[in-house]
Amino acid sequence: MRSVIDILDLSVAEIDQLLATAQDVIAHPADYAHVCDGKKLATLFFEPSTRTRLSFEAAMYELGGHVISMASAASSSSAKGESVADTAKVVSCYADIIAMRHPKEGAALVAAQNATVPVINAGDGGHCHPTQTLADLLTIWREKGRFCDLTVGLCGDLKFGRTVHSLINALSRYGDVRFVLISPEELKVPSYVKRDVLQAGGIPYEQTTDLEGALPGLDILYMTRVQKERFFNEEDYLRLKDSYILTPQKLKNARADLTIMHPLPRVNEISVAIDDDPRACYFKQVLNGKFMRMALMLKLLKEAGTL
Amino acid sequence: MNIDSIQNGVVIDHITAGRGMRLYELLDLGSLDASVAIIKNVVSRKMGKKDIIKIDAAIPLNLDVIGYVDPGATVNLIRDGKLVEKRSIPMPERLIGVIRCKNPRCITSTEQELEQVFKLTDREKKIYRCVYCETKA
Repeated sequence: MRSVIDILDLSVAEIDQLLATAQDVIAHPADYAHVCDGKKLATLFFEPSTRTRLSFEAAMYELGGHVISMASAASSSSAKGESVADTAKVVSCYADIIAMRHPKEGAALVAAQNATVPVINAGDGGHCHPTQTLADLLTIWREKGRFCDLTVGLCGDLKFGRTVHSLINALSRYGDVRFVLISPEELKVPSYVKRDVLQAGGIPYEQTTDLEGALPGLDILYMTRVQKERFFNEEDYLRLKDSYILTPQKLKNARADLTIMHPLPRVNEISVAIDDDPRACYFKQVLNGKFMRMALMLKLLKEAGTL
Repeated sequence: MNIDSIQNGVVIDHITAGRGMRLYELLDLGSLDASVAIIKNVVSRKMGKKDIIKIDAAIPLNLDVIGYVDPGATVNLIRDGKLVEKRSIPMPERLIGVIRCKNPRCITSTEQELEQVFKLTDREKKIYRCVYCETKA
């Protein structure tokens, strides 16, 4: 059974196909309004999330399908000690496809190994979040019209930020892209990502702690939140959380066609004064995420023979 | 130092000096009801120093453990006092049920009876990663 756990589970050709489907959904929503009539998505969210869960649910409703879910992780059978494997087997009896978020890294893979329907990883701890990356790719495609000849700045928590690692992986496969990695020393991109992805692929990159200095050279600025839940020590979190805040003042030297992205939720790393700037694309990213989840669910349901 | 030669069993030779004990532990040789000798820092023309493990019992060994701990080691099978097979052990592509993932956020830390599985991701640097969370072994 085909599932998607990591963005690398999808080939470049498959991602291009998903982008094409998503854009067709955007252009002709009525054509897709009933393609999933009678189908059910189960959303299994074992840790708090509003946006991703609502996005999956909205995506299935817009395809004409239904959603079954649990009120919260506390009310689920996992709170009684049920394993992820058993949960996946049980829910497979009720749903045609599963979207799962779980705090443990690798939980989605365990679910996929045991489910008899496709599983989409909606985030497994700090590990992978492939549909966020799909949202990011559609946003870049719609804003820039290309994945090549781009200078992409990634800023904030580049050590724990799973979306950053996934995006580096995904964009590196398209080749002609340059990365500027902007972060405090403590939150730099892990060496294995630099070695296995950037250096192995011959992708040029530079590391800096200076956001303002890097801004004029960027086509895309991808801001991230310093995530409290990824720290064992609250002191470290408090010391680093305000490291990089994007303000209108800092944007003065940025390009007129800069694309500003953020996986959200933001805490304070982008000033609300930037929200009305035409370069701010983070709310468009949210919408694009729904379209890509529609495209991905259609693909997996078709491959499973359900559609 | 004299150690009796064995009649029926296994000699793990050419172990990098210092890795003998690690192999002994991971192969769980302590639980064997047979003579087992670990000889450390044996002078070797090729290696300078090496460790050797002699097991006086014809038991099946998890060769993946040997390939993981010390891919240069050789396994010699002895039958009736004679060497019947000698082979070097390559690094296994997957390592199942040998080591534990040390990432406390990994699903293997909580999921009931989930087997520990690692895959070889960098042969040159001998790096294994957990298949679930990708943490380095």
